[in-house]
Amino acid sequence: MAEILTAIFNTSNLSATVRMATPIALAAMGGSFSERSGVINLGLEGMILSGAFAGVLGSYISGNPWLGVLLAVAAGGMMGLILAFFAVGLKADHVVSGVGLNIFALGLTTWLMQVIWKSRGTSEAVAGLKEVSLPLIRDVPVLGAILGTNSPLVYLMLILVFLGWAVLFRTPWGLRIRVVGEHPEAADTLGIKVHRIQYACVVLSGCLAGLGGAYLSLGQLNWFSMNMSAGRGYMALAANIFGQWNPLGGLLASFLFSFTDALQMRIQAAGIAWPNEVIQMLPYLLTVAVLAGAVIRSRPPAALGRHYEPGRNT
Amino acid sequence: MGTDALRMRGITKRFGRIPANDAVDFTVAKGEIHCLLGENGAGKTTLMKVLFGLHKKDAGEILLDGRPVEISSPGDAIAGGIGMVHQHFMLVGRLTVTENIIAGREPRSGFLLDYRRAREMVREISGRYGLKVDPDARVEEISVGQQQRVEILKALLREAELLIFDEPTAVLTPPEVQELFGVMRRLKASGKTMIFITHKLKETMEISDRVTILRDGRKVATVETARTTPARLAEMMVGREVELRVARPEVTRGERILALKDLRVKGADGRYRLNGVNLEIHRGEILGIAGVEGNGQLELEEVVAGLLKPAQGRVWLGAEEITALDPGAIRARGVAYIPSDRLRRGLIGSFSAARNLILGSQRGRAFAPGGILRHRRIEEEARRLVADFDIRAASVHEPAAALSGGNQQKVVIARELSRRPELVVAAQPTRGVDVGAVEYIHRQLLKMRGEGKGVLLISAELDELRALSDRIAVLYEGRIVAEGPSGGFTEQELGLLMAGEGK
Ligand SMILES: Nc1ncnc2c1ncn2[C@@H]1O[C@H](COP(=O)(O)OP(=O)(O)OP(=O)(O)O)[C@@H](O)[C@H]1O
Ligand SMILES: [Mg+2]
Repeated sequence: MAEILTAIFNTSNLSATVRMATPIALAAMGGSFSERSGVINLGLEGMILSGAFAGVLGSYISGNPWLGVLLAVAAGGMMGLILAFFAVGLKADHVVSGVGLNIFALGLTTWLMQVIWKSRGTSEAVAGLKEVSLPLIRDVPVLGAILGTNSPLVYLMLILVFLGWAVLFRTPWGLRIRVVGEHPEAADTLGIKVHRIQYACVVLSGCLAGLGGAYLSLGQLNWFSMNMSAGRGYMALAANIFGQWNPLGGLLASFLFSFTDALQMRIQAAGIAWPNEVIQMLPYLLTVAVLAGAVIRSRPPAALGRHYEPGRNT
Repeated sequence: MGTDALRMRGITKRFGRIPANDAVDFTVAKGEIHCLLGENGAGKTTLMKVLFGLHKKDAGEILLDGRPVEISSPGDAIAGGIGMVHQHFMLVGRLTVTENIIAGREPRSGFLLDYRRAREMVREISGRYGLKVDPDARVEEISVGQQQRVEILKALLREAELLIFDEPTAVLTPPEVQELFGVMRRLKASGKTMIFITHKLKETMEISDRVTILRDGRKVATVETARTTPARLAEMMVGREVELRVARPEVTRGERILALKDLRVKGADGRYRLNGVNLEIHRGEILGIAGVEGNGQLELEEVVAGLLKPAQGRVWLGAEEITALDPGAIRARGVAYIPSDRLRRGLIGSFSAARNLILGSQRGRAFAPGGILRHRRIEEEARRLVADFDIRAASVHEPAAALSGGNQQKVVIARELSRRPELVVAAQPTRGVDVGAVEYIHRQLLKMRGEGKGVLLISAELDELRALSDRIAVLYEGRIVAEGPSGGFTEQELGLLMAGEGK
């Protein structure tokens, strides 16, 4: 028992949590914006993947990882634009559009990787982002060990999540987004441009997920590998729901998911005499239990997944 | 009355090939309350949506205060000083009153929304026009009457000079209607111009200065209210003489068909919605249930239809207890159900009129021998019902959602009454329905009564209850507070009883 407790309350475990949560929280915030405006976003997975790829490509071409980050954000945004074009512009089913985007992104990045680096599995190593160490925080006892030294994108994520929350819930634009996602007809009669807001939110969600992808390929590592996102987009969507379509909630949910994952690795490494299969199951069990509880009480935006056509049903 | 606040000239709007508005001229003088009348589907809402920029017109021009304007979005309409209170409210339930009112017009401080100023703006404008609301309440938690005030405040905050009210009274209780009229008079006194749509001629006579009548998408006439009568208005709307009050012939009362014994239904909040209700209906009798909505009417209709199981009490149909039966079994025993919420309970909007007309019989031998639907037979039956019940639809394949409100209601009534029921549960059967259709529905219910069926009529319309019912029971907070022959109540007495006053 004592071993388990040390495994849980362990600063390296917690700092791993923060690191693993970063791409998920960014994409989850993207999900919050997209879905608060009424567009179901299953394409987060493909957006992360495109961001991860574009990040490495940008760094490979320019030698500057920050230009890679910029390209990742742009690529995610492009993917968002494609999703918005289908789901909003052409009024295609949101779920089908999102899944289609994921398949497209997987195929495109895998093929481009082969063309550019002549490799099936991974890209060449490129210049990654250097970790930064925050002078004051570094010296605080526990916090310093968790947050003191990290990739700059971790700090950027924390800032962006708070900013995203403020935009959604404290600004005029955020109020308009929420009205659109709840009742597009009402938004229209208030003179709010429904489709314009939906396009903007979906593109923004792509940019955020793309940034999350850049963290995977340039922050944690310095190369791209096939299907690098590995389901994080779907976890982000779950975190967004669990977090009640709120960037802060999404961040907490991402922490929870990542914490159980880190814990699982830790327990395995600690050599506790439990069957491995049971230990590996723990995070998923916890996630399922938590999600089941959250989904029962959660209340999605009322018009989520619905297409809006002016002059109907009003 | 000075200049015209609005002139619409030659407005044409087509859906497919059928014109919903056909070269309509419509003029509203500054500072007047102008009533727009017409049957269901006459094109009133369409004309107003063209004016508000929600529909693009195919032809015609619009002048505001004498100046021609191009209105291609609600934003343009708002900028031109037009506000609209919609037939179906345009409110976000989970947001607060303030958020609903200021969205799209938010006061800012820097990048942020200035909630304090927003709240003050709402207080100021609601005080100015006497429209009391709680700025911090969530819209889904306030009454329908208050929600309507929020809608009006939305328009007023946007400095609307011309306000459109599309059937605002359909959802209101009589005291709320009077309150709304008070607000409208105050708005008129402050110089606003209003367009008011209703199906109730009494309201037209009470509140309007002039009336314009539409029929089949065309304008019939504009008349001064003071120089016309309800009967003349009805005739112009329908194109024939309409009996505004159908006569109720003598019928001998038969054996008991429905009995409710000590019914109790508990709501989600633990309070009793029905609290010990005892009622009986005999063959050849219409029992009217009067009451302000939300006093147990919905629970009553659903318990009899079998959709809701009572916590306590029993229901008998004839000699058989049906308390525990499911809705299908209750239907099979001859209970017809015209639900108050026709869009949710009575129809499937995306299904064709034909399919809606046979809904509930889809498994029987008549339409699906061997378990396969026979479309030819369904269509034949639908054609017959459409003719018998005078349902106006472009075709029986038209989706139910595309029909006008009155014709949707006729579809439900045709289906329910054509299956030879023993008991008819009719909840708010004429809500939002035009005078011609009201007359028709009243006749149908009286015909059922004449054939020796029992009718449970739940209605918020006192006129309707008094005209049709043999007996009236008043429902207040889940209890029957009074019951007796319908002739024994005056309208004032009923009003007091419904409000929980009187003995
Ligand atoms: N979006 C639409 N698509 C197709 N047809 C429509 C649409 N909106 C209205 N219509 C048709 O146009 C006609 C006029 O409808 P409208 O809603 O203007 O009638 P209304 O006078 O407001 O009736 P009601 O009193 O029932 O509200 C109807 O035949 C209706 O079926
Ligand atoms: Mg209408």
